[in-house]
Amino acid sequence: MKDYNLEKRKYILAGAMIVIVVVYIIHLFTLQTVSDDYRKNAESNAFLNQIQYPARGVIYDRNGNLLVYNQPSYDVMVIMREVQDLDTLDFCNSLGIDKKYFDNRMRIIKDRNLNPGYSKYTQQLFMDQLSGEEFAMFSEKLYKYPGFYIQKRSIRQYATHHAAHILGDVAEVSKGDMEEDEYYLPGDYIGKLGVERSYEKQLRGEKGIQVLLRDAHGLIKGSYQNGEYDRKAVPGKNLTLTIDMELQALGERLMEGKIGSIVAIEPSTGEVLCMVSSPNYDPDLMVGRKRGKNHLLLSKDEWKPLLNRAIMGQYPPGSTFKTSQGLTFLQEGIITPSTAYPCYRGFVYAGLRVGCHGHGSPLPLVPAIATSCNGYFCWGLYHMLGAKQKYGNVQTAMTTWKDYMVSMGFGYKLGIDLPGEKRGMIPNAQFYDKAYKSDWSGLTVISIAIGQGEVTLAPLQIANLGATIANRGTFITPHVVKKIEGEELDSIYRFPRKTLVDKENYEYIVQGMRAAVTGGTCRGANLSFTEVCGKTGTAQNRGHDHSAFMGFAPKNDPKIAVAVYVENGGFGATYGVPIGALIIEQYLNGKLSPASEAKAASFQHRRISYGSGAR
Amino acid sequence: MVDWFTIALYVGLLVFGWFSVCGASYDYGEVDFFSFDSRAGKQLLWIGCSFGLGFLLLMLEERIYEMFTNIIYVVMMALLVVTIVIAPDTKGSHSWLILGPVSLQPAEFAKFATALCVARFMNSYGFNIHKMKDFFFAVGIVVLPMLLIVAQRETGSALVYTSFFLMFYREGMPGSILFSGISAVCYFVIGLRFQDVLFAHDSTSVGKFAVMLMVTIFSIGMVKVYCNNNKVVRNLSILSFGATGLALLFAYQSIPFDVTYVQLGVILFIVAYLVYLAIRDRIMNYAFIATFAVCSLGFHYSTDYVMNKVMEPHQRIRINVLLGIEEDLSGAGYNVNQSKIAIGSGGLTGKGFLNGTQTKLKYVPEQDTDFIFCTVGEEEGFVGAAGVLVGFLVLILRLFHLAERQPTRFGRIYGYSVLGIFFFHLFINVGMVLGLTPVIGIPLPFFSYGGSSLWGFTILLFIFLRIDAERERMKR
Repeated sequence: MKDYNLEKRKYILAGAMIVIVVVYIIHLFTLQTVSDDYRKNAESNAFLNQIQYPARGVIYDRNGNLLVYNQPSYDVMVIMREVQDLDTLDFCNSLGIDKKYFDNRMRIIKDRNLNPGYSKYTQQLFMDQLSGEEFAMFSEKLYKYPGFYIQKRSIRQYATHHAAHILGDVAEVSKGDMEEDEYYLPGDYIGKLGVERSYEKQLRGEKGIQVLLRDAHGLIKGSYQNGEYDRKAVPGKNLTLTIDMELQALGERLMEGKIGSIVAIEPSTGEVLCMVSSPNYDPDLMVGRKRGKNHLLLSKDEWKPLLNRAIMGQYPPGSTFKTSQGLTFLQEGIITPSTAYPCYRGFVYAGLRVGCHGHGSPLPLVPAIATSCNGYFCWGLYHMLGAKQKYGNVQTAMTTWKDYMVSMGFGYKLGIDLPGEKRGMIPNAQFYDKAYKSDWSGLTVISIAIGQGEVTLAPLQIANLGATIANRGTFITPHVVKKIEGEELDSIYRFPRKTLVDKENYEYIVQGMRAAVTGGTCRGANLSFTEVCGKTGTAQNRGHDHSAFMGFAPKNDPKIAVAVYVENGGFGATYGVPIGALIIEQYLNGKLSPASEAKAASFQHRRISYGSGAR
Repeated sequence: MVDWFTIALYVGLLVFGWFSVCGASYDYGEVDFFSFDSRAGKQLLWIGCSFGLGFLLLMLEERIYEMFTNIIYVVMMALLVVTIVIAPDTKGSHSWLILGPVSLQPAEFAKFATALCVARFMNSYGFNIHKMKDFFFAVGIVVLPMLLIVAQRETGSALVYTSFFLMFYREGMPGSILFSGISAVCYFVIGLRFQDVLFAHDSTSVGKFAVMLMVTIFSIGMVKVYCNNNKVVRNLSILSFGATGLALLFAYQSIPFDVTYVQLGVILFIVAYLVYLAIRDRIMNYAFIATFAVCSLGFHYSTDYVMNKVMEPHQRIRINVLLGIEEDLSGAGYNVNQSKIAIGSGGLTGKGFLNGTQTKLKYVPEQDTDFIFCTVGEEEGFVGAAGVLVGFLVLILRLFHLAERQPTRFGRIYGYSVLGIFFFHLFINVGMVLGLTPVIGIPLPFFSYGGSSLWGFTILLFIFLRIDAERERMKR
């Protein structure tokens, strides 16, 4: 007795059940595979990621003197979800803070705009850098404050009061840092300036992690998978700088009360021996909790002490630039070593006049460099840019000229291993076409021949020019790090770059620079124990002229190339030459003679009046 | 001939279930799953006993079940009554009989007794489901254990007995009763669950709106199914959905007001119109549908009234927690949230056997009993969890097939009772773990840890297999 009408109901029932199971499967699918949230949620539930901070690499100078090291400090961390029954008053007393500070910190931690990585399941930085005593006080009472933890960290300590611009500093990561690199978590430290920034990856090491399992009651149940996912912290690599700290200290002494820069380079290696930017500051100001306040003060200082003028200052190189011009003209065949140009107190042509001081006329190349003759190099550039049969037009000539300049490291960043380097300015044909609507000639731009006009260089580039001449046509990109523990330097700091000028042509320039020291503009740099080659620069400026010097020694087998640039220091011989000579003496002899020491002390106390205008 | 296919499915699910219990009860450091001190070891013992029990049940004469049905039923009911009195208080319920080292839950064994009893009664000569007396008597057989189990404070287990209505439906109970019952559950659950969720500028309760909409849709749907008057359907649809839509638009764009008043007006109009049609065309179906709509409204407003005015706050909280409204962290809200996290973290292929973290670290409560499906989801991933669901679906569909091929009404009714019970457990247990159904603590057959439920399901299934094995002989 079958009722077929009722038998149909089995389809309704079975169908409904199939539909429900299918709905469940679809729901399972979305729950398990579409969204990642549950996995993350589960991980933050069950895993307590104990981060182990590696020691940051320490920094030595080229002679192995310790410059920067670490000291333990303690951070107070908080996991919001675990905070309960907190006696706020007692807590604040233990940390020596007030209720207002507490409330404010808690608010900032929870604000996702200010603290983008916030999660109530993970450790957040509540207060950083407790001292040893503060830590001892607080850790005794820590058991009373569930949800609060102590994280051992280390902060930077400086064994030197010099070279702040090179050493740089570390500070808590910014929002931008975290967005750029996922490695960083809120509360982490990152290098902000100097080598701390440029060698951040080597110095920081690799954070370690210990994955602990935590049950529903917050109890640690041991390590996850027997520590299979744990990572040991890898300590940061130590750095050895190319800087000679005694030389650096002398440089900073000599530049006291002056604005400007000294850069010394070892020509054979490109190693920067000292890099002074004045005014400077004590690197110790940027340590720990006082960093914020001091950084603000320094950034508001109208003398701009935070600016590293050695690589960020862009100055007219003045007569130091003439060496590069002589090289270019020789190589291009515009002049020969015996070509002589007339100069009667300057370059006078077609109604244009570039003044010069009194000296014999006409002069060939070597004495022209020694006496720093303006006329000679103006004529040279005029002939080069006007060489229609050679280049066809002034644009091509200009482009050729620019290529020479670029090959000597001008117009582009040299690529030093410090952040913030500026490229300086080497004008090209397009620049003048635009500026003069294509109606220009050698005469229009003649002042670039003597390092004026549109041309600007950073002191580092001037020093590098010295090193290149010392090397007779090659240079290794200047760098401040000599050695990274267990790692090779970048190849640009190991292999030389060649300029477009042949070695023989450099010899004439070397002769000129030697003559300048023995009987020309650089007589003040004529040291008895070595053959110094030098070139002064007196860069015209809206105010008082800038005083510049570029030199190297000894003439054969050079050990040091140096550039000195003193803003508004007047003639090159006034500040540039004597300071450069002291630097060379200190480096070659390892000390100053008593007479030189007296001279150094007198320079240390000389002040240039800059007025109050910002520069 | 015994249906080996079903037995294979049974064994497969048991094995998978045992591994899940291992995973769920595993604590770090403890690896001996065969020690009887561990949950896994004990479960292995229960499984061994189940095989023995199943074998025994297959050996018995089929006639014995039918013969002793009434005695079994009476004994089980007596046992349930005794349990209420003598069972100690375990987590608020009085459902466990403790016999020395063994604890038994008689409610798990009452299912097969009830299924046998109702099957035998409905198989008796002259039984007609359309006769009120017969139907109510059959329902009574089912409701009696239900009430006794409620008295034991095991509401979840009691609700399982509602699955017998699927069998009643198959056996000829008017579909409208099943439909009304399901509608009532929907009104109740959805109405309460979303009562305090507001929309249209906080003017209207989502729960109320949804219930009103359901009443409207069900009523119009019934006109379509039972009266087949397309013109009426079209007119009513345009009117009610148009009015509701306009009201919503008005509430959103100009003055926010409680849209459910408009819906109430719409439903009352439908009722009036249907009554008019019933009188005009002398078609009783219109009147029935009108009654349905009125009863729906009445049910909705009365639950509303009872919940908010009659009940004590703690009773209200218990129902709210059951429906997942109360999100207190230590209560049911926490459980469901954690179980979703556990399952969701499993991904496509899971974390691997014994590698689940959420279940092991006790984030999920009742992890080896009611929430065992979490372990499957976390350790075996979507593949394993979906596999389990498909396995159960195949078993249930197989039971449909077996039930339909029974030559006797007795066998078929018993078969439908069995599949209904299995389905209800699957539906509620997995739904609860996934956060789709209210949290009602009932085990997942063959997976959840525990001897009583495992034996209960084994007896339920193997008696049916024994009956099925006799079908050829019965035909002759």
